[in-house]
Amino acid sequence: MLYIKCPYCGMRSQNEFAYGGDASVKRPELNKDVSDKEWDDFVYNRKSPRGKHIELWHHVSGCRQWFKAQRDTATHEIFKTAMMNEEL
Amino acid sequence: MQKYSVFSLVKNAFSDHMNWEVAWKDPTPKKEYDVIIIGGGGHGLATAYYLAKEHNITNVAIIEKGWIGGGNVGRNTTIIRSNFMYDANGRFNEFGMELWRNLSQELNFNVMFSPRGIINLAHSDAQMNAYARRGNSMRLNGIDAVLLGREEVKKHIPMADFSDDVRFPIFGGLMQPSAGTARHDAVAWGYARQADSMGVDIIQHCEVEGFNIANGKITGVRTSKGEIKAKKVGLCVAGSTNILAEKLNMTLPIETHCLQACVSEPVKPLLDGVVTFGAGHFYISQSDKGEMVMGGDLDGYNSYAQRGNLPTIQHVLTGGLALFPFLSRLKMLRTWGGIMDMSMDGSPIIDKTHIDGLYLNCGWCYGGFKSTPVSGWTFAHTIAQDRPHDLNSELSLNRFSTGYLLDEKGIGTKTWIG
Repeated sequence: MLYIKCPYCGMRSQNEFAYGGDASVKRPELNKDVSDKEWDDFVYNRKSPRGKHIELWHHVSGCRQWFKAQRDTATHEIFKTAMMNEEL
Repeated sequence: MQKYSVFSLVKNAFSDHMNWEVAWKDPTPKKEYDVIIIGGGGHGLATAYYLAKEHNITNVAIIEKGWIGGGNVGRNTTIIRSNFMYDANGRFNEFGMELWRNLSQELNFNVMFSPRGIINLAHSDAQMNAYARRGNSMRLNGIDAVLLGREEVKKHIPMADFSDDVRFPIFGGLMQPSAGTARHDAVAWGYARQADSMGVDIIQHCEVEGFNIANGKITGVRTSKGEIKAKKVGLCVAGSTNILAEKLNMTLPIETHCLQACVSEPVKPLLDGVVTFGAGHFYISQSDKGEMVMGGDLDGYNSYAQRGNLPTIQHVLTGGLALFPFLSRLKMLRTWGGIMDMSMDGSPIIDKTHIDGLYLNCGWCYGGFKSTPVSGWTFAHTIAQDRPHDLNSELSLNRFSTGYLLDEKGIGTKTWIG
């Protein structure tokens, strides 16, 4: 069982959260020409590192806020969490 | 190589089984190979075997970080099927079924392939329609599919909950009678033994630390046992694909996730085939030892842990109890996890890469075991001929950028949702 610290509600059990994937992926800017490669990287290609990973979580059975977390994908240790507009 | 038979068994019994030949050797790596396969799992071992057998390329090494068969080929739930809707997946896996049927004879190793059938249960009219469509697509590709009504399902699995007041009543199901199970470890060992006998070097406890690339062409690999030169290198590393891709400066349409499975204590035979619950994350079969073998879905977040988390097991078995109430009286014997190379459309990738002489075999999601023979067969062809076979031409790496996806489940890129 993971214990995740929601930046709004504090420490809660994993059952209250839904995962949202890699938070480092950036959508290409809309007001410029976007190459197929950029779209491909945005939609499909992922680094999926072994070790520290910055990812999105959704406190879906709580305050319903999205937030970012830095977690180790091998040990599942969660180092820190932050609101969406904060830097990790 | 010593042939395994009832006569060799009797003969060796007289010498207290002390004189069996080793099944595969433990060689030190040579300086150079024609082909290096990274990853000594089912797919890597099968690739090396078919390179030697079908393409006469025997100067081959398999490099394995741990021990052969210690990854997902030793951790899966042994199900073999070809019940796919898309032509590319259906043809590919049906060719694999043909290889499975002869595998024990071909490898002189009993892989205990048992075509006991798989039933995917439906719990609504809409699901029955979807299964009718899938079944028709399968039959068009020459794959056996039978649409079962509620009463027919009841004949196969009378112990399931057929009462009227359940949340997800059983409407029927789609059956592939020729699907089944096999002894997973025997598949790895059988391929390893035959590959070794044809001259393939199986190098265990040897980790790949980097790649040597010159002028866009692969020249070898750097390993914990030194540098090894190679003309061609094939990656068959499943859940470690992203780790090696990083060393190659590649980002792939793959995410790595943990999938769990579990077995109960052994009980007398009661479940003949494989059954999947259509309204939740649960599937079940019974092993030859009598254990109920069960699985469900991913843990739900990127993971390299090779061990699972309790909430997922609880979630999976809640679905299991809804379908088979008798499970509540069984004790759980073991749970374990393996790491999956989840591709972004749910279908595998067997292709060349932008680096000359480097070949990729990945993206098996939770279904790599059933494709072990055909994956090895087509990957060996791709490496030997330097071009994909017809069977894997659509399992390409560039299908994501060109839009020719094989989204069998139609769930998009959120692979952890399953």
